[in-house]
Amino acid sequence: MSTGTEQAAPSTAATARDAVIAVRGLVKTYPAGRGRRGAATPAVRASDGIDLDIRRGEIFGLLGPNGAGKSTLVRQLTGLLRPDSGAIGMLGHDLVRHPERASRLIGYLGQESTALDELTVSLAAETTGRLRGLDARTARAERDAVLAELGLTELAGRAIKRLSGGQRRLACFAATLVGERQVLVLDEPTTGMDPVARRAVWAAVDRRRAEHGATVVLVTHNVIEAETVLDRVAVMDNGRVIACDTPAGLKVLVADEVRLDLVWRDEPPLHLPEVAALRPAAQISGRRWTLRLPQARARAVIAEITGGQAFAALDDFTLATPSLEDVYLALGGRQKGLVKA
Amino acid sequence: MSAAAPVVPGTTGATPGTVPAVRADPAAAPLAPRARLLPALGAVYRAQLSRARVARIPLLFVATFQSVGIMVMLRGVVDGGDAEAARAVVAGSSVLVVAFVALNLLAQYFGQLRASGGLDHYATLPVPPAAVVLGAAGAYASFTVPGTIATAVTGCVLFQLPLVNLWVLAAVIPLAGAALAGLGAALGLLAPKQELATLFGQLGMSAALLLGVLPAGNMPAPIGLVRDLLPSTYGVEAFARTFDPHPDWVMVGADLSVCAAVGVVSLAAATWAYRRAACR
Repeated sequence: MSTGTEQAAPSTAATARDAVIAVRGLVKTYPAGRGRRGAATPAVRASDGIDLDIRRGEIFGLLGPNGAGKSTLVRQLTGLLRPDSGAIGMLGHDLVRHPERASRLIGYLGQESTALDELTVSLAAETTGRLRGLDARTARAERDAVLAELGLTELAGRAIKRLSGGQRRLACFAATLVGERQVLVLDEPTTGMDPVARRAVWAAVDRRRAEHGATVVLVTHNVIEAETVLDRVAVMDNGRVIACDTPAGLKVLVADEVRLDLVWRDEPPLHLPEVAALRPAAQISGRRWTLRLPQARARAVIAEITGGQAFAALDDFTLATPSLEDVYLALGGRQKGLVKA
Repeated sequence: MSAAAPVVPGTTGATPGTVPAVRADPAAAPLAPRARLLPALGAVYRAQLSRARVARIPLLFVATFQSVGIMVMLRGVVDGGDAEAARAVVAGSSVLVVAFVALNLLAQYFGQLRASGGLDHYATLPVPPAAVVLGAAGAYASFTVPGTIATAVTGCVLFQLPLVNLWVLAAVIPLAGAALAGLGAALGLLAPKQELATLFGQLGMSAALLLGVLPAGNMPAPIGLVRDLLPSTYGVEAFARTFDPHPDWVMVGADLSVCAAVGVVSLAAATWAYRRAACR
C-alpha cells in the first residue's frame, strides 16, 4: 500500500487505512456568552482533545449524559461544525479541510425533524434520496424498499408531524437510509420508539453492515441499548472520552463490584446502626438507595438487612451485575442523566 | 491531508452518471455523487409545494382575505372613476398578497428552520445551497398565484378597471415573487433570532401594505424615497401601468427589470446567508 500521503498528515492518513473514522486531538470551545443583565456564561470546552478510531463495519457508540459533548462531536464529524483544532479523517478524506465531503460519505439522522415535519413519510424519503443525488426512478425505488423494510408502507401517505413521536423518528430514519452511504451517524435514533420499531431499526442497521460493510456511529444516553447493540463504546464526560472499549471490556473495570438497590417503604430506619452505616456510601434518589459494593460486602449487607429489623421497613431490593452506568460512575463521570430503559 | 495530493480538477461539480473521483489519499473511498442543481431544485420545490396542503392553506386564505378587505374598505373613499387612485389600490393590494406570503411567511419559515436546527437536514446532504433557497422561494412565490389573481380580478370588478391586461400577472407574480421571496429568505436566514426573522418579515409586509396601496403622487418626499427602495413598489407600478388604455410597455418592462434585478441580488444574498447559517 502506498505511503505517499503520510508525510503531511501522518496521524490521520496512517490510521485511515484501518479505521473508517480517525479523530485526533479534536478541540472545540464555545465562546463565553454575555447574558442579559450582566449574567455571563463561561466558555465551554465541548470537545476537549478527543482521539478515536472507528473501524469498518462497527456499531460504535458515544455514550454520556446530556452536555457530555456527544452532539458537538457528531456535528464536527458530519461537517456541520468546524473544530478549533485537531484532525478528522473519514475513509481517507480530511474532513477538517473539506467538511463539505461529509455529506457524500455519511447518512446523518439528527435529533430535529423540522425540515421534514410537514411532508408525507413517502415524500420525505423520496426528496431526501433526490437530494443525495439519486435520479427520480432510483429514489422512488429505494423509498419503496426502505419503507417496506421498516414497516412504514401503510403510513406512507401521512404527514410526519401527524405521527406519534416514535413513528416520526422511524420515518426520519427511513429518509436517512435512502441513498446508500458507507457511514451512518445516528443521533439517538430510537428515542420514543416502541420495541417493534426499535427492532426494525437494528435489523436495518445490521443488514447494511452485513451487505456492504456499513459503519455506524450511534449517539445514545441509554445504557441498556448501548450494552445490547454496540460493538464498542466511547464513554464521554465533559468533552472528553474517559474510556473506550467493548461494553463487556468496560464492565470488567468494575467486575468485582455489584449494584445493590434498596427501596424503603417510607423513611429509612436510620436508628438502626447497620442502615446508618450504609448511608454515606448510598446514592439517594427519593426512597431508593443505590450502593456499589464489592460482591462479598454486598452479600453481607443483604444478610444484615433482610435478617434484622430493617427488613420490615424495606419495600424492595435488587442485586445486579454492573451496567455501563456503573462504569461511567466508576471512571469519574460526574453528571447524572444516563437512561436505563 | 497532503498538500501534494491530487484533487482532480473539475471533478467536484458532478457530471451526470459519473461518480466524481476526488481522491486526496490514494486509499480514500470514492465520494457519492452530489445532487445536481436542477433536479435538487425540483425536489425541494415539489416538497415545499406539498407543505401548502398540510400547513399553508389557512394562511394563504388570510393573505387573500386581507387584500380583498383593504380594497373593499378603500372603495368607500376611492371612486371607481378616479383612475390613478383606483389603479394604485388594485395593483398594491394584489402585490400585497405576494409580499405577505413570499416575504413574510418565507422569512418566518427560514427563521424557524434555522432556530430549530432544521437546516442541518439540508446541510448534511450534498445539495447545492442555491437549490434549497431557490426551491423554497419558488414554492412560496407559487403559493401566491391563486390569491393574487383572485385579488386582481375582484379589484378590477370593484373599481371598474379593464381586465384585458391581467395576463401581465404572469410576469409580475414570478418577478415580484423572486424579489420578495429572496428578501424574505435572506431576512429569515440572517436574523440572529427567530423572533427577529418574524419581526422583519412582518415589517416588510407592513411596508408593502402602507406604501403600496396608495398613489405615490400625494406622498411626502422622504416617504416617496422609502417607497422607491421597496422592491414590491416596482411590481405594483408595472401592474398599475397596464390599466392604462394605452400602456407604456417600455416602462412596464423597466419596472419588471428592477424586480428581476432585485430578485437576482436578494436570492444570491439568501444563498450566501444559507451557506453561512448551515455551517458554523
